[in-house]
Amino acid sequence: MLTGLMQSGFTNMAAAVAAIPIHPTSASTISDSVDHLYYFLTAITLFFTFGIFTTIFYFMVRFRRRSPDEQPADTKTHMALELTWTIVPTLITVVIFVWASSLYFENSRPPEAATEVFVVGKQWMWHIQHPEGPREINELHVPVNAPIKITMTSDDVIHDFYIPAFRVKKDAVPGRYTSIWFQATKIGTYHIFCAQYCGADHAEMIGWVYVMSPTDYAAWLSGGARSESMAQTGERLFTQFGCITCHVADNTGRGPSLVGLYGKPEKLRNGDMKLVDEALIRQAIVTPNSIILPNYPPIMPTFQGQINEEQVLQLIAYVKSLGTEERKTNGK
Amino acid sequence: MSTTVIPELPGQEIPAESRVNYLNASYGVKSWLLTTDHKRIALLYLGSITLMFFVGGFFAVLMRLHLIEPQGALVAPETYNKLFTMHGVIMVFFFLVPSIPATLGNFLVPMMIGARDLAFPRLNLLSWYIYIIGAAFTLYAVISGGVDTGWTFYTPYSSTFSHTSVIPTALGVFITGFSSILTGLNFVVTIHKMRAPGLTWFRLPLFIWAMYATSIIFILGTPVIAITLFLLGLERLLHIGIFDPAIGGDPILFQHMFWFYSHPAVYIMILPGMGVMSELITCFSRKRIFGYTFVAFSSLAIAIISFLVWGHHMFVTGQSIYAGLIFSVLSFLVAIPSAVKVFNWTATLYKGSISYDAPMLYALGFIGLFTMGGLTGLFLASLATDVHLNGTYFIVAHFHYIMVGGAVMAYLGGIHFWWPKITGRMYPDGWARFAALVIFVGFNLTFFPQFVLGYLGMPRRYAVYPTEFQVLNVMSSAGASILGIGYLIPLIYLLWSIRYGPIAGPNPWGAKGLEWETPSPPPTENFEEIPVVTADAYDYANVGGSRV
Repeated sequence: MLTGLMQSGFTNMAAAVAAIPIHPTSASTISDSVDHLYYFLTAITLFFTFGIFTTIFYFMVRFRRRSPDEQPADTKTHMALELTWTIVPTLITVVIFVWASSLYFENSRPPEAATEVFVVGKQWMWHIQHPEGPREINELHVPVNAPIKITMTSDDVIHDFYIPAFRVKKDAVPGRYTSIWFQATKIGTYHIFCAQYCGADHAEMIGWVYVMSPTDYAAWLSGGARSESMAQTGERLFTQFGCITCHVADNTGRGPSLVGLYGKPEKLRNGDMKLVDEALIRQAIVTPNSIILPNYPPIMPTFQGQINEEQVLQLIAYVKSLGTEERKTNGK
Repeated sequence: MSTTVIPELPGQEIPAESRVNYLNASYGVKSWLLTTDHKRIALLYLGSITLMFFVGGFFAVLMRLHLIEPQGALVAPETYNKLFTMHGVIMVFFFLVPSIPATLGNFLVPMMIGARDLAFPRLNLLSWYIYIIGAAFTLYAVISGGVDTGWTFYTPYSSTFSHTSVIPTALGVFITGFSSILTGLNFVVTIHKMRAPGLTWFRLPLFIWAMYATSIIFILGTPVIAITLFLLGLERLLHIGIFDPAIGGDPILFQHMFWFYSHPAVYIMILPGMGVMSELITCFSRKRIFGYTFVAFSSLAIAIISFLVWGHHMFVTGQSIYAGLIFSVLSFLVAIPSAVKVFNWTATLYKGSISYDAPMLYALGFIGLFTMGGLTGLFLASLATDVHLNGTYFIVAHFHYIMVGGAVMAYLGGIHFWWPKITGRMYPDGWARFAALVIFVGFNLTFFPQFVLGYLGMPRRYAVYPTEFQVLNVMSSAGASILGIGYLIPLIYLLWSIRYGPIAGPNPWGAKGLEWETPSPPPTENFEEIPVVTADAYDYANVGGSRV
């Protein structure tokens, strides 16, 4: 009976120990490869820590002071040894550096085919917009096995969009666009955390990613109230904010036509060549006088403070959609 | 103290009580507050930073208590945010940065090089007053409602959004910086100009090399944090548009400037600890340091490279991939000199005569914990893993292994080692060894689970957290309570020993080094006659011989 008790005690203890989580869910195409590097680094850490500990313990016992007046002999500095333990760690770090950097390099470049989703961090929630129209707060629905690119910014302080299960993270910085991409591999629900301290309710700025099968995702996209796409909202804002009075499509207005502008390099008045991308369009809306095209007067008013980051993203989506139409026309 | 050797020295027969030393040379509050004796100033610092350590520690205890429950057991989130901010600000700027340099450094730099004082004794006193003024501003910020920006003061939260006492806190840190600069300047000049005859650079104790390297960072780095905090104050008060994007500033610029100081500052905190290590390991194994020049130059290498790695704090801010690559490779590079030191300390033990006195237990604890702290830094220098681990508890665990497991262990080891020199008294050795063990166990139980929490994805600075993280948080809090007790034990027996401890004698450990060749406590002028040095540091093979 005693043995039985002890056995059950051990089982309970083992169960308790086993209940301690030590490994995060791995649910994206990159998470396993990041974990492999993590395991390698853990192995290196354990090897050297145990190596040093064992050596110290061995020396402590083997060379313990046996009498108060013991006098050990002098040891000379050993050049070969010094060089060995300088060069070997250097080589190990070279291996780690090359491995980690090439992995990071791969993980930093989103595939061409990635679907874009836009995220705006706000104290203390995540506003998420899909180009097709649906908008969510603290929830992100994505299809499994499809690359998703997240472009993000912040309306106030610096936040950080972090999905541990996908091993991706990036700061959402006010005044800038940053991006991450991932491809979820497992249907399920995963944490979104804010990983950059952002004030009182930083710890409540959390949400969920719902990774869905393609059919469920399609149903989710078409479900609910039929909303307009981001570009359509942008088109509405284009009229509402009066952009349309100057930026006339056939280039007869006081400002340049925006048709076909996206993705093209443009020469600015100060001679700089700039690629028209999300960041440049945002800059042109918020601080127009810094982006003046030649042959146009610097008369555009700033929209800073009158327009929020989500609306800027919608306008960008609209300008982008103009670009696609242009290319289609040219292709004919 | 069965393992100690007390060599016969002239003056030994005079009881310490009746001999004039720096402690009993004059009495009264004025004699302390207006002293220019580096040893008394060291004690002024010791008292002030000990107070700050326990204030900062108190905040840490409240934090760990709060985190026992996922929904938070103790305080509102706003209060929790203030707790971790005040803990960080006080521990970093008012304890760790001045800890070893301002106490042990102040006491030992002149004694180790055979000088009667630092080069600028009045400047030294001024630096303590500046520290006190800075600390007063920061403590005022605590009392006036606290500050909640995190010790990193990231903009635009700190410049525009926080409604707490950012300005008094930043001003406190700004002012205290000048005390670091003055201390660094004083040390550099003293080490260059005031070494005893025969004490060439390569005969210097490695503690002096470490102090020299630290002083360089003090002088070159601290002005940058001063400028950064000054600009932060201007931005907050006058909205001049440097850091806030809403008025044309760049919040990332703040991070560049902040880490340009604050990464080297990490080495301000650990380099002095490494210097202490070299003194302890050699004394308690009675060996010359293995690879003197490698250990000495690794300190300088660390001081220089530490200025070039700040960008590794910013891999996930949207910094360019190529900048990331450069900062990553430089961060790996700065790990090498640290590794070289660890190997040399370990090799010093080989064929030594190792005793297990309390300072040695702290030293051995340091090597183990610093090794783990250093190696876990590789995870964060590696771009791909840093993306996952940045901003999580993994970071918290990593830097506490370096700062607490490393710097604080070394500080305590150093205090225990030089305590008989400073006070002329011995503390109870059994209690001291017991405390070292309690601290080691408590420390690991507190911070090891945080590595796992970080890998699981728990972000730092969370006042509440999902329930799956609770088990590890409770483990960490349990460890923190052991660690807290571990820190209180030395406070009690060290204070006890000042009055009741046995008389130590000039050299209770049989240590080499000029500071051991003068009575304990030393006379105000340190040495009756300026010693002439004829041998290398750590000349333990030279039986009973002195370097004079």
